Amino acid sequence: MAGTEIDVKYVAHLARISLSPAEEQKIGAQLGNILGYIEKLKELDVSQVEPTAHAVPLINVTRPDEIRPSLPTDEALRNAPAKANGLFLVPKIVE
Amino acid sequence: MLNQLTISELTGKLAKKESSAREAIQACLDQIQKVDGQIHAFLSYDAADALAQADAADKALASGATHSQQPLLGVPIAIKDVLAVKNHPLNCASKILGKFISPYDGTVIEKLKAAGAIVFGRLNMDEFAMGSSTENSAFGPTHNPWDIARIPGGSSGGSAAAVAADECIATLGTDTGGSIRQPAALCGCVGLKPTYGRVSRYGLVAFASSLDQIGPFTKDVRDSATLLEVMSGVDHRDSTSVPQPVPRYHSALTGDIKGLKIGLPKEYMIGGLDPQVNAAVQAAVQQLQKLGAEVVEISLPHTDYAVATYYIVATAEASANLARFDGIRYGARVDGKDPIELYSNTRGAGFGPEVKRRIILGTYVLSSGYYDAYYLRAQKVRTLIRQDFLKAFEKVDAIVTPTTPTAAFKIGEKSDDPLQMYLSDIFTISCNLAGICGLSLPCGFTTNPKLPIGLQLLGKPFGEETILKIAHAYEQSTNWHKERPLLKI
Repeated sequence: MAGTEIDVKYVAHLARISLSPAEEQKIGAQLGNILGYIEKLKELDVSQVEPTAHAVPLINVTRPDEIRPSLPTDEALRNAPAKANGLFLVPKIVE
Repeated sequence: MLNQLTISELTGKLAKKESSAREAIQACLDQIQKVDGQIHAFLSYDAADALAQADAADKALASGATHSQQPLLGVPIAIKDVLAVKNHPLNCASKILGKFISPYDGTVIEKLKAAGAIVFGRLNMDEFAMGSSTENSAFGPTHNPWDIARIPGGSSGGSAAAVAADECIATLGTDTGGSIRQPAALCGCVGLKPTYGRVSRYGLVAFASSLDQIGPFTKDVRDSATLLEVMSGVDHRDSTSVPQPVPRYHSALTGDIKGLKIGLPKEYMIGGLDPQVNAAVQAAVQQLQKLGAEVVEISLPHTDYAVATYYIVATAEASANLARFDGIRYGARVDGKDPIELYSNTRGAGFGPEVKRRIILGTYVLSSGYYDAYYLRAQKVRTLIRQDFLKAFEKVDAIVTPTTPTAAFKIGEKSDDPLQMYLSDIFTISCNLAGICGLSLPCGFTTNPKLPIGLQLLGKPFGEETILKIAHAYEQSTNWHKERPLLKI
């Protein structure tokens, strides 16, 4: 199957996933193989076809704009890896 | 043994006070103790919590509650590790969620509880539902109860194996490209993927939002109808759930399928189809004809493009959905010198190989310069696939196919070749792309070794009554669903 080159290091950076050099190499080869297979979609003429995002087209699903109960703060923070004073703790973003 | 019963058999005994809910859940827990060491369907379960729910059910039964009000009262039902059950762990069979405990119940769980079910246990799966064998679980694979050297299918492998091994009465799973129907076929139980929008996904960890649905694994078709009726309905917390009335699915189980038209797609008779699977499906088609159905050949011309379309659409959506696992709000965190490095370190350490592969593929097909060539093109081919089905359904009431090209393969056989693994989903994937409903039920066994074979019925959007009717009529005229694996204890 025709392989397709993919810059795994760059795409992994976009996806915010750190990979070891061994992982980069393995995933690169496997994705090349998969992308080679996906090339078959180019056999079809889709110039006159509308894309489908959802099989059931519901449009503008809204609810009344009114206050209703939501997850309490302590419940929302229950699984946080780091928290303080009712907030999530994160590394410094602005120097 | 109460753990071997169907929902309808168990509720019959509970209603007549021949057995208690406590005895039923205890029988399930005993069976798990006996067999789950070799099956590994369960990641965890809380026996004390399950017994407390059973006692509450017994109390309700004693004070006059009935199964017409609460159709699942006292019935143990186990849950795939991707659905939120309040105060239970939720890991998606991944390391990245750490010691996550759900702060709320998903809508289907609320509905099961309201119907009186004993909701217990976390069932094994492929990590984030990505896989066809349950080998991608971060906590080790599940084994097929019919042959523990083989995979149970996936991604809902634990859900299928737990039902097949009588570790519980029924289970819930999810299906994005076949993850209910394929393991149901390979483990010999009934698995139903409802129409897109039939069941609310609130409380389901999203994989591919335009494809995911929640559905039941059961020991027979009647139980599938029972669970579907409980689970279905519009929900304001899932804006993709459809405001379509929920029928009394039981009423469709008349046994009468005379005059129904069933389509046999010629594109599904592919080279890789195992001869024993083909023979079992052909015999099932003849049986449907004997029962009075009219079988006609149909064409779904874009079938050959479904796997490629799926692996663009599903990975693209997954790459967006799984962005939330970044080590900030929940789960395991691996620190870094700045937020970007924290995200990358956390995700690099927390995700397994298949999840990384799919997120990277999804990111690639959505990235600048490739979007039109891959993602947009796949969405257009998806339209063609959906049109194939809608055209076919102008002529037929349902479509019949094999669920899988082969019976269960061996653990490790395909785990190093993702593309071969993806191609094993060839018969189930189109259903999700088209947004229609599908069901798999047992239709025979291979010989040497004896492994279950699944028959797939595909129905129109919101056509669950028709496929349940056909499945029920077929099941009642055969004995495949009564066979159980011989487990070494």
